[in-house]
Amino acid sequence: MTAPSVHKEPSMARQKEMISQHFKKLTTAHESGKKVVYTFVPGNLTELMLSFDCLPVHPEINALQSGMRKKSAGYIAEAERHGHSEDVCTYVKCDIGMLKKGNIGPTGEHIPPPDLLLLSYTGCFTFMKWFELLREEYDCPVAMLHVPYQGDGEITDDMREYVIRQLREDVIPKFEEVTGQAFDIDRLKDLLASSARAEDDLVTVLESAKHRPSPIDAYFGGVYYIGPIFTAFRGTREAEAYYRELREEVQERMRVGAGPITPEGPLEKERFRLVVEGPPNWTHFREFWRMFHEEGAVVVASTYTKVGGVYDRGFRHDPDRPFETLAEYCLGCYTNLNLPTRTDMISKYVEDYSADGFLINSIKSCNSFSAGQLLILREVEERTGIPGAFVETDLVDPRYFSASNVKNRLESYFQMLAQKQVQAS
Amino acid sequence: MSRVADIVTTCEELYEDLEFSACRAWKEEAPGRHAIGYLPMWVPREIIHAAGMLPVGILGGGDKLEIIRGDAFFQSYICHLPRSVIELVLKGNLDFLDGCLFPSICDIVRNLSGMWQLLRPDTYVRYVDVPQNFEPDRGGRFFRTELRKLIDDLGGIAGRPVTDDALKHSIELYDENRRLIRELYDRRSAVPWLVPTSEVYLVQRAGMVLPVEAHNDLVREYLAAAEMDDRPERDNSRVVVSGAFCEQPPLDLIRTLERAGCYVVDDDFMLVNRWFAQDVARPGDPVDALVTAFLEQGIANPARYEPHAGTKGQDLIECVRRRDADGIIFAAPSFCDPALLERPMLQKAVEAAGIPSTAFKYSENTGQLQPIREQAGTFSDSVKLWSSV
Repeated sequence: MTAPSVHKEPSMARQKEMISQHFKKLTTAHESGKKVVYTFVPGNLTELMLSFDCLPVHPEINALQSGMRKKSAGYIAEAERHGHSEDVCTYVKCDIGMLKKGNIGPTGEHIPPPDLLLLSYTGCFTFMKWFELLREEYDCPVAMLHVPYQGDGEITDDMREYVIRQLREDVIPKFEEVTGQAFDIDRLKDLLASSARAEDDLVTVLESAKHRPSPIDAYFGGVYYIGPIFTAFRGTREAEAYYRELREEVQERMRVGAGPITPEGPLEKERFRLVVEGPPNWTHFREFWRMFHEEGAVVVASTYTKVGGVYDRGFRHDPDRPFETLAEYCLGCYTNLNLPTRTDMISKYVEDYSADGFLINSIKSCNSFSAGQLLILREVEERTGIPGAFVETDLVDPRYFSASNVKNRLESYFQMLAQKQVQAS
Repeated sequence: MSRVADIVTTCEELYEDLEFSACRAWKEEAPGRHAIGYLPMWVPREIIHAAGMLPVGILGGGDKLEIIRGDAFFQSYICHLPRSVIELVLKGNLDFLDGCLFPSICDIVRNLSGMWQLLRPDTYVRYVDVPQNFEPDRGGRFFRTELRKLIDDLGGIAGRPVTDDALKHSIELYDENRRLIRELYDRRSAVPWLVPTSEVYLVQRAGMVLPVEAHNDLVREYLAAAEMDDRPERDNSRVVVSGAFCEQPPLDLIRTLERAGCYVVDDDFMLVNRWFAQDVARPGDPVDALVTAFLEQGIANPARYEPHAGTKGQDLIECVRRRDADGIIFAAPSFCDPALLERPMLQKAVEAAGIPSTAFKYSENTGQLQPIREQAGTFSDSVKLWSSV
């Protein structure tokens, strides 16, 4: 019996090749004289890293890839054997477990140890502890960038100035020390200009979901769309080419009235338009997606696709203000926004994308996202008059994905939405 | 009843009073008074005091509060503290507060600040973002503006500006408070049978709801009275409790540790009382004094970034040595990210130092104490019998 084929968008082939090339470069990084920098997606300083010819590694991306490849359960068990609590973030444990088992990455190749840990402490307390834990394992320097939280829902001059000073006084000197290269602001500006071009195309893609039917799924499909720009490729010509190609694909689907491409093929009929808050589950990603597309449910906007930058609210990297723009980028990532701002944003998505409903996928591992979500649910329902739903899963611990429970809840929810549609018509 | 028993009874009544009657009474004593709540671990109470306000420590509902509505706001995998805080908010127990400060400690307390903004839009909410960069011209500069903002905000609520002189006076009062608490801890370590931890805990808890002036008097009085009591020394082990800095263990859990044969000779309960090892006061700008103290003296804790490799756990090891402790009990609230992510690093460090330890989790309403008693008792016996620390 042959495995069923998986339908993919053409741009996915380009992305796969980009990732493959990146991991090849990582494997030979030390032979080629490249420095390897471990860092996080939210508040990542990719352009700065690339300006020093460094190769980024994102531990949470490795963890989610391990989840998709069904390797995370073993890694988590390994970390728990080393004394890590069952209560804490499974990304951290998956990463620690992978390290303990030889640090073999998602492509099956060995990931080299870091020359620098770039701790961008943005929107997630666990990041700080994560790199303190990694520092115990690796003999390498740490560059710490503390990004203040938008407690009052705004970026103040003092917050921006604090981040800029750290960039100038701490982060860049550390890069110069590790790489032996002098900081080149013109190179950084070129990379930032490239980022902005790709960001324009990404926003066009994300906002295409306002069209009926939506040509994209902005959550399950969206995690592929954000891949290059959230990780090692922002600021590169490859990323620009990827987003240009993706935009053209999506615009063509929009032109012919086609829906999103799912792993089982194009979605023929859009029945429900949803906004989703929270990260996806990775261990059962395809099964989770199927629960939606089998019912004709399309996610038209999601918050998870904003963890590495809230571009659809207007932010673009600005080459004319290189330090300010890096600071504002870090300060503006989704999990660095306070709860009232997140609630406003979701409510606006519901209205702007003409959603029939919104769903919170509450993640056990991620307190940054999860704490307060039940209040967000009430607030958004009250403000929009749209019914919400709530399911609980985890990032990469398969013990916390109960397929039958999730499916039951979703089916009930979709039945309720269908009933509302009947009543409305 | 002895004087110690009187004092402890008073403190226990304050501890159990979830209506915060003492704080309400303080507000009613004079018109125009304000009370500002704060969550663990640390906020600059000196600034609240200098604004003429009462700082009120919000440490959850403990094991006496039935959670009815609070659970509807939090998933099962989130610690207990925020659900009891929300319960208190929704029941009106905290309606006397004019504002609340949420220190940068974890994502739960951080997001709780936003929940408070949504649920109590009539009150002042401030997320106290403390620097994780400890250089004066980066973290120090940022923190100074944060504190100035807080001073301006509280001055606005009070209807009169917070003066430097007022702040200097408040810093002196809190320096005195910290000196007294240090003395309390030192006495407990020296004669734990005369100054038991369950009493030290209650005396400290009183400081969460009393004005600092009254609390200073209370600690002095307790210290004097405890010396006069005649209580027998027991053949207990000496342990340090680590990990209980935010959500508090129920008082019965602390008593259970004592009944299990442990003298707790140091702990990290209510770190706000012991955040600085030396006095904060110094000549010049009082805000600079607070900033400098925070950058240079802030005690090691899981919510504070440790910029130097190889130093994790060294403060805990030094504490064990200084207190002549036999071992460590890692007691962390369930689902507490800071404590539980920190723990493997601390365990590795103390193990390398040859210090025995045991670990368990609790929540503020833990009722099943027998397993903890057995675990602590076994640990206590084993370290006394077999340890060569």
